[in-house]
Amino acid sequence: MADVLNSTAMIAIEDAPAGRKPRRAVSRRNVVVYGLLLLAAFYYILPLYVMIVTSLKGMPEIRLGNIFSPPVEITFEPWVKAWAQACTGLNCDGLSRGFWNSVLITVPSVLVSIVVASVNGYALANWRFKGSDAFFTILIVGAFIPYQVMLYPMVIILRTIGIYGTLTGLIVVHTVFGMPILTLLFRNYFTSLPEELFKAARVDGAGFWGIYFHIMLPMAIPIMVVAMILQVTGIWNDFLFGVVFTKPDYYPMTVQLNNIVNSVQGVKEYNVNMAATILTGAVPLAVYFLSGRYFVRGIAAGAVKG
Amino acid sequence: MSVSAPEGRRSGLTRNIAAKIATLPMILTALVVFLGGTIWTVVYSFTSSKLLPKLAFVGFDQYERLWGTERWIVSVKNLMIYGVCMLILSLVIGFILAALMDQKIRFENTFRTIYLYPFALSFIVTGLVWQWILNPEYGVQNVVRSLGWTSFNFDPLYNQDIVIFGILIAAVWQGTGLIMCIMLAGLRGIDEDIWKAARVDGIPMWKTYVFIVIPMMRPVFITALVLIGSAIVKVYDLVVAQTGGGPGIASEVPAKYVYQNMFYAQNLGQGFAASTMMLIPVIILVVPWAYLEFSGRRRHG
Amino acid sequence: MNSSVNIKNLSLDFGAVNVLKSLDLDIRDGEFLVLLGSSGCGKSTLLNCIAGLLEPTEGQIFIKGRNVTWEEPKDRGIGMVFQSYALYPQMTVEKNLSFGLRIAKMPQAEIDKRVARAAEILQIQPLLKRKPSELSGGQRQRVAIGRALVRDVDVFLFDEPLSNLDAKLRAELRVELKRLHQSLKNTMIYVTHDQIEALTLADRIAIMKNGLIQQLDNPDTIYNTPKNLFVAGFIGSPSMNFLRGKLVANEGALAVETHGVRFGLGGYRAGREMNPGQEVVLGVRPEHIRVNEDVRAGDEVHEAVVDIEEPMGADNLLWLKHAGHTLSVRVNGARRFKPGTKVKLAFDMGLASLFDAASEERI
Repeated sequence: MADVLNSTAMIAIEDAPAGRKPRRAVSRRNVVVYGLLLLAAFYYILPLYVMIVTSLKGMPEIRLGNIFSPPVEITFEPWVKAWAQACTGLNCDGLSRGFWNSVLITVPSVLVSIVVASVNGYALANWRFKGSDAFFTILIVGAFIPYQVMLYPMVIILRTIGIYGTLTGLIVVHTVFGMPILTLLFRNYFTSLPEELFKAARVDGAGFWGIYFHIMLPMAIPIMVVAMILQVTGIWNDFLFGVVFTKPDYYPMTVQLNNIVNSVQGVKEYNVNMAATILTGAVPLAVYFLSGRYFVRGIAAGAVKG
Repeated sequence: MSVSAPEGRRSGLTRNIAAKIATLPMILTALVVFLGGTIWTVVYSFTSSKLLPKLAFVGFDQYERLWGTERWIVSVKNLMIYGVCMLILSLVIGFILAALMDQKIRFENTFRTIYLYPFALSFIVTGLVWQWILNPEYGVQNVVRSLGWTSFNFDPLYNQDIVIFGILIAAVWQGTGLIMCIMLAGLRGIDEDIWKAARVDGIPMWKTYVFIVIPMMRPVFITALVLIGSAIVKVYDLVVAQTGGGPGIASEVPAKYVYQNMFYAQNLGQGFAASTMMLIPVIILVVPWAYLEFSGRRRHG
Repeated sequence: MNSSVNIKNLSLDFGAVNVLKSLDLDIRDGEFLVLLGSSGCGKSTLLNCIAGLLEPTEGQIFIKGRNVTWEEPKDRGIGMVFQSYALYPQMTVEKNLSFGLRIAKMPQAEIDKRVARAAEILQIQPLLKRKPSELSGGQRQRVAIGRALVRDVDVFLFDEPLSNLDAKLRAELRVELKRLHQSLKNTMIYVTHDQIEALTLADRIAIMKNGLIQQLDNPDTIYNTPKNLFVAGFIGSPSMNFLRGKLVANEGALAVETHGVRFGLGGYRAGREMNPGQEVVLGVRPEHIRVNEDVRAGDEVHEAVVDIEEPMGADNLLWLKHAGHTLSVRVNGARRFKPGTKVKLAFDMGLASLFDAASEERI
């Protein structure tokens, strides 16, 4: 494929000095490039399309038709059912419970983890002390350790403190396991700020917290947004911690979704399942589509996510 | 350094005291959870812990049992197939897409939005969507058959031999956008003049990519490698959502084996031994990289 | 005069690298002292130590007679101006100026008074409500100076404050800084790598290399009687001409013999004993070489060939070939020479420098 790209590109270059004809917009090279890009785009878009289409069909239509065809008769019944009536175990109050649980988990977890990590990053960038780099290295290596290794010790720690199975416990878990990537993000950001700013503030008499609140925090808004996006999507999408560290009453949306869709009882209602799936993906997708540029920047900045 | 602290100098512990207090959560996380927790798990993997952890050492018994269990063997095999394929596909697709995106194309933002959005979705959502698309009764297989090719067979999620590839399709869909983004950032970081020089020298474009650009992007590839690698070892949610480990035990993965033993089978020792095994590839892959990346970088005044 | 900043035996190591090596420096009250050197010589490190932003490995720092070695920057009575201005981007000029005072919980009335005074001295009153991003480079640096000014400190520290400005602005602000020093009469310590800034601003210059002060003197002395080969070569542009040779007895006096040519040392005021046979380096500045009609009666005359001329407006810089050496000579810009022409030249030995080749110290 690269060969094709190359030969066409070279032809274009060789043609140029001769000046026989102006370059056409639809060159062979462009056809190949856009063709491949569109082909890939098709693969990426397809599932979203199928999800939406399926969720708008009635079950009879699904059983008869094919999953790619648009709905003949649009119905929002599956959405209502997914939100308010779908069953997990004995509860039949739909995904709404999981949604509110997820909100309850995500909001404080995002805030706490960002506050803690921004202070960490600031201290690591500007107030190094003996051993600070060592702790940071452990933290970063820790980001790559499979969670399974630290799962049970974490259960014991939370149980000892007495917050196992509570919302507080889950917030702690998200703060702890989100710490490596966020700390790295903030450390790199604060390191990239001119060191002289920090020095000037010290000469002006500001201390650790003074510089953090008056100088660094107001300058950290862009990276805060990046961290926020990273954490909202990450925590909302979490499944493992939700299962391990909470009781069924607090199960986040992802866990409830899985229970609804993969439950073995009853008739499979694919349209309801897909509506539920979209509903669960809606929050991170909304964050993604609204933040666009920042999302990409967050990923590029924190390219070391574990 | 002078041995005795000069007069008036604050002693080691109280110097920078605010920073030390402020980073206490980080220090505790690093030492207690990450380091302590890992060591704890490794130590307890040599015990006969069942329902509760207890320090009754049994040597390598848990590991012998582990490697004598078919479910684990299948899990490891699956992980290796999945890992190798995922690594190659992610890097190749990610790089090709990035290279295409770097051809000064129009609608770049639209394409990027399309390629990257699956990354915003959870593995649960990913797994469920692809479970639906690959459903043989209604999904791709059915559609192709209804077009007239009645003998068409494509039911990866119900076929023990290829179920792991069904998971792979979903994983690639979810994750390559990220790799593309990283690769694109890497390509954009390459000096424009390199391309001009290569063109002036008449080096074909593919040769410029293979012999000049890719070697220059080594750090980007390493980052991508580490990212993909550590994600591979952790694969769990996707399998739970898409196949639940089935059909039978055909799509089991190590992370699921650990969870199963720790929280369902009440066989903690097995869970610890299995998770310790999961640690090994990560250490081999990540520790040298982290050492190079994060130690010895100092800021000078 | 009283001592303002006194540095005793100061050392600082970054790991195995000794950035400052047992350095001693006594800065007088009201003095404008310039720390001059190329990058990595330790001049900024020294300034940061004085400011309290770096902790020395060994030694003491006294400001106004008080040992401040381990004190916080804010307690030292210093103000500092940085190369990148280091203005707090989210604060207005006024807030930037008053930040330190607010941190110190000073009464608002006093803060307003001081800000107004600093703004007046620096003529930045119209800018007080603006953000740093809305200011030009020169204005930003003025605000940065103002930030030190409002704190009413004993000692001003400047870390390459003009290096980020373009040449024209640099010259303007240089003059303003000098005026500021003349009216405030504070002690100022100024780090730069620019010898023009050093020569124009300083009461005394400390030339640094490898964490040591090579020479500490007033600009005239540094320029005319450099203490060693490094200082001689560092100061002056184009650089001093160096001729490596050997001392020989010549008609009852001493001369430097190099490439078979002898330069008599008549008129040179030696500070140390000279012995025939000693390996030496003779240094002559480009403007201390006389050419053609400038040559005076009694001068020892040599012949050279013009290699290249570089007219620079006021001056004309000649590169002459002479017995294996290339000499740079500064002449009046109106005088022009064709490459290849032969010229007569003579050294002004009274203003030349002679160094021992081994120790590189001035003789």
